[in-house]
Amino acid sequence: MIERAPGVHLSARNWPMRASLAILGLIALLCLIGPLVSGHPYDQVYRDYVLVRPSPFAHPDARETHEALEGIARRTRLRIEASRQEGEVLHLAFSADRRIDPRALRAFERSDVFGPARIAGTEDEGRRLSTDVPLKRRVFLFGTDANGRDLFTRTLIAGRISLAVGLLASFVALTIGVAYGAVAGYAGGRADALMMRIVEIVYALPFIFFVIVLVMVFGRHFVLIFVTIGAVEWLDMARIVRGQTLSIKQRDFVAAAEALGASAPAILWRHIIPNASGPIAAYLAVLVPRVILLESFVSFLGLGVQEPLTSWGVLVADGARNIQGSVHLLIFPALFLGATLGALQSLGNAWQSSPGAGSR
Amino acid sequence: MDACGKPLLRVRDLRVSYGPASVVKGVSFTLRHGETAAIVGESGSGKTQTVLAALRLLPRHAVTTGSVIFEDTELLALSRRRLDAFLGRRIAMVFQEPMSSLDPLFTVGAQIGAILRLKASFSRRAAKARAKELLDLAGIAEPGRRAHAYPHELSGGQRQRVAIAMAIACNPDLLIADEPTTALDVTVAARILELLAKLKQSFGMAMIFISHDLGLVRRIADSVHVMREGEIVEAGSAAEVARNPRQEYTRMLLAAMPRARAHTRKDTLVLLRARDIDVRFELPGGLLSAAREIKAVDGVSLCLNQGRTLGIVGESGSGKSTLARALLKLVPASGTVSFDGRDLTRLDRTTLRPLRRSMQLVFQDPYGSLSPLMRIGDIVTEGLRVHEPAISRKERRARAALALEEVLLDPSLRHRFPQELSGGQRQRVAIARAMILKPRLVVLDEPTSALDRAVQIGILALLEQLQEAHDLSYVIISHDLAVIRALADEIAVMKDGRIVEHGAAQEIIECPRAPYTRTLIEAALQMENK
Repeated sequence: MIERAPGVHLSARNWPMRASLAILGLIALLCLIGPLVSGHPYDQVYRDYVLVRPSPFAHPDARETHEALEGIARRTRLRIEASRQEGEVLHLAFSADRRIDPRALRAFERSDVFGPARIAGTEDEGRRLSTDVPLKRRVFLFGTDANGRDLFTRTLIAGRISLAVGLLASFVALTIGVAYGAVAGYAGGRADALMMRIVEIVYALPFIFFVIVLVMVFGRHFVLIFVTIGAVEWLDMARIVRGQTLSIKQRDFVAAAEALGASAPAILWRHIIPNASGPIAAYLAVLVPRVILLESFVSFLGLGVQEPLTSWGVLVADGARNIQGSVHLLIFPALFLGATLGALQSLGNAWQSSPGAGSR
Repeated sequence: MDACGKPLLRVRDLRVSYGPASVVKGVSFTLRHGETAAIVGESGSGKTQTVLAALRLLPRHAVTTGSVIFEDTELLALSRRRLDAFLGRRIAMVFQEPMSSLDPLFTVGAQIGAILRLKASFSRRAAKARAKELLDLAGIAEPGRRAHAYPHELSGGQRQRVAIAMAIACNPDLLIADEPTTALDVTVAARILELLAKLKQSFGMAMIFISHDLGLVRRIADSVHVMREGEIVEAGSAAEVARNPRQEYTRMLLAAMPRARAHTRKDTLVLLRARDIDVRFELPGGLLSAAREIKAVDGVSLCLNQGRTLGIVGESGSGKSTLARALLKLVPASGTVSFDGRDLTRLDRTTLRPLRRSMQLVFQDPYGSLSPLMRIGDIVTEGLRVHEPAISRKERRARAALALEEVLLDPSLRHRFPQELSGGQRQRVAIARAMILKPRLVVLDEPTSALDRAVQIGILALLEQLQEAHDLSYVIISHDLAVIRALADEIAVMKDGRIVEHGAAQEIIECPRAPYTRTLIEAALQMENK
């Protein structure tokens, strides 16, 4: 007999758990608050800022101002005689062959770079026009996508969706799976056999077929994603919990509870499920990332989240398509997705190896 | 083999620590050629750690210092490769649990042969022949046939014999036996002990025998080293240590034999009566094999009076524990059980529930019978939540404290988890869990088998005290006659699911009639070294 050595697992046990929790908390907080303070609605299209690179500085820069100005000049058939920037205001002088219609200046209002132009003076019977045009200052921290939408806001909005789907669908799977598995395992015998055959039948249904049927019946709805994914993912959970239950119910403390006269639900709730919590937590840590990825797959097929709403999966798919031109479209959503998945994973590991989590 | 008194093994100031916790604190001893030294101590005293450290078999994070000199070689400084040349060939080891030290995937003949080929460069054929010889030496009948058996096809005693055959395969100079008989039944253990003594003689080996049982050790050892908390507290020749122990601790290890019960004859009402109990287990058949049926308990009838103790004794596999559960209707059984005049056979789970309160069960393994995720207070009061759901949490807490006090535990332990408690404390918790409901019958299924002798005595005294205080009836189940003798008024001897002998405790122990009872008692008394 090898005598158990005390104090072997004492050192540095908690930091991975704390670090993961900190990362998850930070991401969740960013996703909740970020879109409110970023200054860009997630569905706002900036036509003048398509595929802008990520930068902490405000746009427009000199080149963008120039390009936007030229574009306006071309469309309105005006010549730019002089331009001079003074703080946030651009002093411009236009000339044309005919008398300039002030309505042409509305082009500035429609642009994403300039504010409404104010006429400072007219000369030469209206053929020369000097105007003051304010510049609109905008920051695109993560750059913009191919439609000119702010990637920072979109990444955080997508995070809301992905985290919500990940947590809620996992919760659905957890509840159904644990209850079903524990009941089947504890009941044993024929009830167990029947319940597990049902699980196998549902397993045999193709997932996508299942999703399409549900969408056909209930229409396309956000909640449907949770339900569908949860309804598929509980199967694994049920099997795991059933297996655990089968082994735990052989243990003496369950027999002791039976000898005390405890009822079956009490035994399940007080003895079996807590002692199965190690594997449950470990599987949950795998499940949440898997659900997040599954959601992106469903959305990719057009059955899940729809534009302009988005999720990390959709953003990553979008970024992957643009990887040659604008790699930032891939990097930022992938960074968030990866950090979340990694933190969840290590949280699961830490949980499983923490004392008394049923891993003995 | 030189016998000029030069030591075979010299251990000097051996220390083992895991991080800040040191488990072996400066152990030194010397072993001569052909000598048998015993290391004795309670579980947790560091005896196994000492030996494993000397052979460098500890996990990597264990820190070992000191010196271990085998003949002229310092084992602790040896390279892994040179050390391997010693292990198995010059030094061999036999472990406590024979099932886990044999590989379940190979036949025992192949496993012994593998050692011979690897360590002594035997040819395949020679190894096969030698393996049979070794099995024969180890006292296995029909060695030719048994060599083709897998470990699971052998009994516990046979497996231990195979492990011994493996250990002596290369004719080692030193055999280390780590509690080689603890996991075995008494009758089997006695024979294994004889075998070890015989082999030691014929091979001229030195032996280190690790055990918690000083009474057992003094029959086979020349010298004894008593260990406590990582230190050798007493050493000397076996006879001397046994005759006049200097340390209180050694005396405790020696005297650690519970006293026989003083018998009081009271005529009381019959509390429990069982008739023709049969328990069958069905092994499901496969596609080609029919389902098989095993009779674990076969037509057992017994009765127990209020305030008395019935001891059921038998070797492992005799169906004792199954019988215990059948009496409490925890396994499906045929036959009739009546408790306090009520027939339990017809009650189902719900109608049985009110009766559960007066019939309780305490398990063998205090490590397994307490849910590891519940606090002691919750464990103890679980029965109250079932049978008195109305009482408030505050009152439950008070009752838990009372129950813990009754089993002589500190009530503040109720905030702890089971793994923070020692084995004896846990068993007291298990007893408190049963006692909090004020039962009339308690079935004790090997209540002390997982505990050290000294702890056992405390538990037995507690059980006796509780019985007197509450007029309890006990059914106590054990393979250990000493425990049965300490508590039981009546004894039933079980073998292969049947009761072979039944009678008053004193009669059975003093003049057993059935031959099986006789061997059982002989073996037990021999181990006790009377």
